[in-house]
Amino acid sequence: MPFNILIGVCLSYVIMLFSVAFWAERRALQGHLSFLHSPWIYTLSLSIYCTAWTFYGAVGYAARSGLEFLTIYLGPTLVFVGWWWLLRKLVRVGRAQKVTSIADLISSRYGKSNALGVIVTLMAVIAATPYIALQLQSVTESFTVFAAPASDAAILPDQRRSAVWIAAGLALFTILFGTRNLDANERHHGIVMAIALEAVVKLLALLAVGIFVVWGLADGPADVIARISQAAQPGWALAPGRFASLTLVSAAAVLTLPRMFQVLVVENVDERHLATAAWAFPAYLMAMSLFVLPIAALGLALLPAQTNPDLFVLSLPLSQDRGILAMVAFLGGFSSATSMVIVAAIALSTMMSNHIVTPLWLALQRSPASDLRAVVLISRRLSIVLVLAMGYGYYYVSGSGALAAIGLISFVGAAQVLPAMLGGIFWRGATHQGAAGGLIVGFAIWLYTLMLPSFGTQGLMSAQLLAEGPLGIGWLRPQALFGVPGMDPLTHAIFWSLSANTAVFLGLSLMSFPPPTERLQGVAFVNVFDQRHGPGNWNPSGAEAEDLLSMAQRILGAQTAQAFFEAEAIRQGKQGWLPDPTPRFLAALERKLAGSVGAATAHAMMGQLSGGAQVSVRDLIAVARESADIKEYSIQLEAKSDELAQVARQLREANDKLTRLSVQKDAFLGQISHELRTPMTSVRAFSEILMEPDLPDAMRAQYAEIIHQETKRLTRLLDDLLDLSVLESGHVQLNITVANLHDLISRAVQAASQSGRSGVFTIERDFPAEHMPVFTDVDRLVQVLINLISNARKYCDAPKPVLRIIVRRTGRQVQIDFIDNGSGIEKASQGLIFEKFARLTDAARAGGAGLGLAICREIMHNLGGSIDYLPGQGGAGFRVRLPVRTPENSKVS
Amino acid sequence: MLQRNVLLIEDEPNIAEAIRFILQRRGWNVTTETDGARAVAQVDGLSPDAVILDMMLPGRSGLEILAELRARDAHVSRPVLMLTARGQERDRQAAHAAGATGFLAKPFANADLICVLDRMVPPVSAPSPE
Repeated sequence: MPFNILIGVCLSYVIMLFSVAFWAERRALQGHLSFLHSPWIYTLSLSIYCTAWTFYGAVGYAARSGLEFLTIYLGPTLVFVGWWWLLRKLVRVGRAQKVTSIADLISSRYGKSNALGVIVTLMAVIAATPYIALQLQSVTESFTVFAAPASDAAILPDQRRSAVWIAAGLALFTILFGTRNLDANERHHGIVMAIALEAVVKLLALLAVGIFVVWGLADGPADVIARISQAAQPGWALAPGRFASLTLVSAAAVLTLPRMFQVLVVENVDERHLATAAWAFPAYLMAMSLFVLPIAALGLALLPAQTNPDLFVLSLPLSQDRGILAMVAFLGGFSSATSMVIVAAIALSTMMSNHIVTPLWLALQRSPASDLRAVVLISRRLSIVLVLAMGYGYYYVSGSGALAAIGLISFVGAAQVLPAMLGGIFWRGATHQGAAGGLIVGFAIWLYTLMLPSFGTQGLMSAQLLAEGPLGIGWLRPQALFGVPGMDPLTHAIFWSLSANTAVFLGLSLMSFPPPTERLQGVAFVNVFDQRHGPGNWNPSGAEAEDLLSMAQRILGAQTAQAFFEAEAIRQGKQGWLPDPTPRFLAALERKLAGSVGAATAHAMMGQLSGGAQVSVRDLIAVARESADIKEYSIQLEAKSDELAQVARQLREANDKLTRLSVQKDAFLGQISHELRTPMTSVRAFSEILMEPDLPDAMRAQYAEIIHQETKRLTRLLDDLLDLSVLESGHVQLNITVANLHDLISRAVQAASQSGRSGVFTIERDFPAEHMPVFTDVDRLVQVLINLISNARKYCDAPKPVLRIIVRRTGRQVQIDFIDNGSGIEKASQGLIFEKFARLTDAARAGGAGLGLAICREIMHNLGGSIDYLPGQGGAGFRVRLPVRTPENSKVS
Repeated sequence: MLQRNVLLIEDEPNIAEAIRFILQRRGWNVTTETDGARAVAQVDGLSPDAVILDMMLPGRSGLEILAELRARDAHVSRPVLMLTARGQERDRQAAHAAGATGFLAKPFANADLICVLDRMVPPVSAPSPE
């Protein structure tokens, strides 16, 4: 068949896969996930286990070693049929912890240790390298075989060059479909769909070849069985130890191979699919292995001796000129190889990007997370290229060996994760020291005993080292450790690596004590089935309604909590207020509590009482954050309430002041009323008397005079009131002029002498001291002086009343003291005399409404000075203070 | 006819003069007192038929004086007319609470004063029933 047609068919097939993957991706994006939710798709995607190794290599394996090839299918079958509960636990843990890869699983289980993630990733990448090389080799060889018989052998490309193209093509396809979008749970619907299709293609292809062999080349099953017996060789004898080891390793590999973990756990959309896969996947494996031995037997019988048994599947149809069948077989092999490479590359690139590249990039980046998405995508693409490049490198270096032998190297490498994985999900005591120690020791032994020797004696290990051990130390011989010879290299490597791995894992785990995060994660993994699935989905058995009520009362308050419980009890048709702790009720209670104490705290409390769910570190941090928020809020509330209390106090004070003012206003109005009504009374009474006809003229004149005086008194009162109101309002027009203080006092004395009582009243003055200029409202000042002098005239009760006027200048003030020799003012009254209507004596002597001193005080206030009672002077004493002003600064502000 | 005695306790000389004039012409024997502090002693000494008491007096308020009078057996039922220039309802109530027989707000009509006093102390010269 022309090589070009082969390339064309391959390309068409790839384009078809592409279309299927694209279509599935589109459907998934539109939310049409029903077809992906079929357990058959899941089962078919698991068939990724069957790679080119199975498709081509199993026949080669059978041709060389007889039934031993069955171990590769026996291991997974045992796991799926017998250990389905282990798979279920793995899937449950993976979903509960949102695990993205096997490295993530191990890292997450052991206290989210990234070091472990790095170790597992490196191991997985190194262990997968031979496996990827195997696929490249098989595809390349199948190309060669296909093209070889053709006439145009001249254009048969160099095998290694075509391997480069194949690797590059696979890398491209993987990048295009594996890293198109970043999904939180790392699911790739398109890829899964394409792989399921490839699973069908490879099964049908192998069955077609098998049927052709059994009924086309041989005469049915009986003939085939006879031929198998004939083909039996000495190498076909089963070595029980090796058989058991290989079964164990393949059982481990189906769990620990990164690509198997990817389809088994990460891509799993529904845990129930495992139930179908548990029988369907082993059935698929059986169908895949059904015709392996017949093909091997007939290949050995019919094909030339030098034919590579790994390619019997292809060579047999070709030898019979069955071009179409050969093409189908070729596509089956191609499918097996490509699906494995694609999924392995995706799984490995996810691990490399998540555990190595991204943490490194974040550590190197000063400004965090500018565009992590782009970094992740680029790192995944580079990782895919790297994985394929390493596979090609291995293929290039190691040359072409038997496919099965290469695959087993990878199996043993991947199996090293098994102790840490099983210990992680079944043993709470497993620690990250144990896991790391076991992984490193197991992996090192694998490298030393299997991986490095696989490069051949021309490779990394010399024949001498293999034969005599490093530096001639015999017990360190890579294929006979500790002087235990007699095992074949593979069994030897499996035995030592896994037993040392397990021993170190158990030993270090028992010796070390895990930190809290790890203990909590350990509980979460081991007890995954005891945990709730979703938020608020509590296990009802754990919670006692009474405990819940007592907790709820403490948080919600007794009344609210009891009402809440009672309502639920009534809803459930129960007496009293203790309802059954149904999941629905527990979820409702958690929401209710969350309203008071925050979601994290509520969840932690419910977890405590319901049992089962543990409190994770993240929960604790959330609790702490909430508590801080609540504390902050209560501090704010406290500040608010302090503020309110202060406002309330101010309001109370303002109210008291208003009440006082209101009382004062009432008193003031009462006073004014009294002061107005008193003269009115006289006026009315006398005017009525005057209206009487028989009044003597003298009396009439006297009473008219009284009316006259009283009306004058009324006018004076009104004037004073108006004056006071103007002064108090502060809208006084001051007329500032300069004057000699002596002249002003003389004016006041003069004016005061015209009023008040007649009789001897001596005023003592100190004329020289009085001569000073004052800049002030002269009339207002004189008004004050007159008031003080007339008060003295009115109230000084000494037999020989004397008023001394003393002027003194002190600093920037002028003091004018008015001191008489009377009995003065009682101490109790001294504070009252400047108040309005504070007349201390009877009305007759005062002759005023008692506003005089109040007016004086307001005037002095307006002039920038003051007036005070001066106690302890023998008589009544008043001091007037006036600021000394110059014409420049005399303006009153 | 027997003269009715009234004691007028009022610090405003002009008002005291007016009341004295009005009542004397109606046949009252009027004694005036301006100082609240001496008021009770005056009532004790004179035992007047009626007392006219100003509410606001220097030295002592009219309400205090009334309270003291009412506390003594001799003056429990002695007619007392309260005068006030603060003609608020509150003052009227305070006066009645203190035991005033009558209440008159300043300024008043002379006829009202005479009328109130006549009601408190009916003139004995009124026509006899026979």
